[in-house]
Amino acid sequence: MSASHAEGKNYLNCEKGLWSWLTTLDHKRIGIMYMITVMVFFAVGGTFAMLIRGELYSAGRNIVGPETYNQFMTFHGAIMVFMVIIPGIPAFLGNFFLPMHLGAKDVAFPRVNLLSWYCLIVGAAISLVSLIYNGVDTGWTFYTPYSIETNNGTTWMVAGAFVMGFSSILTGLNFIVTTHKLRAPGMTFFNMPLFVWALYSTAVLQVLATPVLGITLMLLIAERVLGVGIFDPTLGGDPVLFQHFFWFYSHPAVYIMILPAMGIVSEIITAFSRKVIFGYKAIAFSSVGIAVVSFFVWGHHMFTSGQSEAAGILFSFITMLVGVPTAIKVFNWVATLYKGSVRFDSPMLFALGFLFLFTIGGVTGIMLATAGLDIHFHDTYFVVAHFHYVMVGGTLMAIMGGFYYWLPKMFGRMYNEFWARITFVLIFVGFNVTFFPQFILGAMGMPRRYYDYLPEFQSLNRISSFGAWTIGTGFLIALFVIIHSIRRGEKATSNPWGAKTLEWTTSSPPPHENFLETPVVTGGPYEFR
Amino acid sequence: MSSGNEIIVGGHKVAHHFDSAEQEFEASKLGIWLFLCTEILMFGGLFVGYVIFHNIYPEMFAEGAKHLDWRLGSLNTVVLLLSSFTMVLSIYYAQTNQQKKTSNMLLITFLCGLVFMVIKAFEYYHKFHLGLYPGSYFSYEHAEHANLAMYFSFYFLMTGLHGTHVLVGMFLIAWLWIRSRRKEFNKDYYTPLEVVGLFWHLVDIIWIYLFPLLYLVG
Ligand code: HEM
Ligand SMILES: [Cu+2]
Repeated sequence: MSASHAEGKNYLNCEKGLWSWLTTLDHKRIGIMYMITVMVFFAVGGTFAMLIRGELYSAGRNIVGPETYNQFMTFHGAIMVFMVIIPGIPAFLGNFFLPMHLGAKDVAFPRVNLLSWYCLIVGAAISLVSLIYNGVDTGWTFYTPYSIETNNGTTWMVAGAFVMGFSSILTGLNFIVTTHKLRAPGMTFFNMPLFVWALYSTAVLQVLATPVLGITLMLLIAERVLGVGIFDPTLGGDPVLFQHFFWFYSHPAVYIMILPAMGIVSEIITAFSRKVIFGYKAIAFSSVGIAVVSFFVWGHHMFTSGQSEAAGILFSFITMLVGVPTAIKVFNWVATLYKGSVRFDSPMLFALGFLFLFTIGGVTGIMLATAGLDIHFHDTYFVVAHFHYVMVGGTLMAIMGGFYYWLPKMFGRMYNEFWARITFVLIFVGFNVTFFPQFILGAMGMPRRYYDYLPEFQSLNRISSFGAWTIGTGFLIALFVIIHSIRRGEKATSNPWGAKTLEWTTSSPPPHENFLETPVVTGGPYEFR
Repeated sequence: MSSGNEIIVGGHKVAHHFDSAEQEFEASKLGIWLFLCTEILMFGGLFVGYVIFHNIYPEMFAEGAKHLDWRLGSLNTVVLLLSSFTMVLSIYYAQTNQQKKTSNMLLITFLCGLVFMVIKAFEYYHKFHLGLYPGSYFSYEHAEHANLAMYFSFYFLMTGLHGTHVLVGMFLIAWLWIRSRRKEFNKDYYTPLEVVGLFWHLVDIIWIYLFPLLYLVG
């Protein structure tokens, strides 16, 4: 396969037509396909969020009944987790930039990479079938025994999540092999950008945790279809075992969601402080550390499930340990800002937003990890606020920052800085208005996932709903900013931010094989003077 | 290394993003090892479930095992072990450029897989005949233990998932056999043999755990 090196040829225009995209083996094009897919899913999941907040605007019934509400809540959660946040960074930005960061021409297994995209699409299609069977109302966690008894849509949704799991596994597998085997000459492990370290740690989690989700979901399907009885108390089984299996995956999964976001933030913060990152190795190893510890904390989701007191104490303690590597990262980012020549372009604004919101999310996580406190907070809006601070305030902010940061590289066009900053303000302010009141609501005792609430919770719920619509507006404008930039934006130079990692040494957009000549690396990734 | 120059080793064209045939081979091997890890973790979930419920209902598992024929199980173990051996030989013959023998060994490996599946099918048929179905379809009337159905849930889930892997393996080996008849494998290029071989060994090893757990407990 010989890439044309003629002037003006790049990965976007070297082949034409829809078919050339659907059969492409180029990691950059696959990344773009993931981008579009994830944006579509995000729009759907986001619409459900707006509807949920519409229903919760006042106590009592507003727009839909309780059954429909449960469906909205389930679809919102399942879409956002399995189809947006998990593939969001690795499969989209990671696919595009991991090989480029390493100075490689592609990922190790391009066909497998394409297959992973099809797994996501097929999985999503299978979950859609659930709509024919009255949808799903279990929440994204599919807890037994309810998920065994409720309507048949559940089987399809679970089967869809099973297939989508393979997408995640295959991406992770590809990234690990690529990182080990395809680094350019001179690209030692400690010359790798921190985004790669973050993706690598994520990939380990994807490969080791997702198969357990796979077998869990398969057992759940078997439970529904054959009544195998493993999770069913009436047949001698144990429904709490499902929770153990589920969280054995799903806690590491929350780090599948956040670790790559941390990688993006590391890239943006150095680039916009024009300084070598503070504590490179500490950040790199803390990613690995978080990945390892995250396998041993799943019980913190089950403090009220009747697990033994000793298990509760142990899980509580290990969970707090996760705070250590997490805090190490936060301190290093702040130290990087110190005395840097900081520029406040939109990617940086989102990175700083991440820093602020993620810290709140992390600290409230530690509160929840305290078994005694969690008895009070468990299954209240406090938990909802916590995980939105980390998943939206953390991961989604990082995706937006990374999107603006790399947009010039991916499409060769600049975006409108003024409007991009407006989107930041709307999303950041709207986010806090939406979710801060939920901490208070949770502490007051408002349970999560309920269709209705006591009248005294109404004013805070209204504030929350207004906040949600502000975020919605912010993302809508961001969509226009992105589309406008891709179609009409000013031409971007090869390195508009003056950043130092390898992707900025090649043209924007990059040629088919990324670099005209394989780069030779002689130093670290952030050699600012 | 600039693009455009193709590297051809042992008749095989190295993919454009690799710098050498060796790099490609190493990458494939690491890839399959990682894949095997995911398989182990997936079966691991079932094994953990087995251990937990075996601890709760040891007599139930002992009763269930009595319904299985250890002779058929042992025969299948031998068949799979033999197939692993012939798989290794096929790689050895490829490495020594004995292409005819390579494809013969692949054929034997495939046939062993087939024998395994046929024996398994007889066993399944016999269980169905007695009403020893999994879970809520269980209709055997002389069960001593109230939850005997769960033993057969485990039996069918574990052997079913394993059997699916055997089928996938047979499919892959058939594909290798066709390619080896076209003399595509030789001492410089045998990556697919190596990769599928590792997968086949894993399928074999999983059976070696399943056999005592299901047939010989109690
Ligand atoms: C310092 C780090 C963190 C700690 C100590 C922590 C701790 C906890 C604890 C103890 C719970 C259980 C609360 C309950 O159900 O009663 C929880 C729930 C949750 N956390 Fe975190 N967390 C941390 C970071 C994160 C991150 C980074 C994410 C995702 C990006 C995340 C996502 C979630 C989700 C989704 C739930 C709720 C799951 C559900 O029940 O639906 N957490 N966290
Ligand atoms: Cu957790």
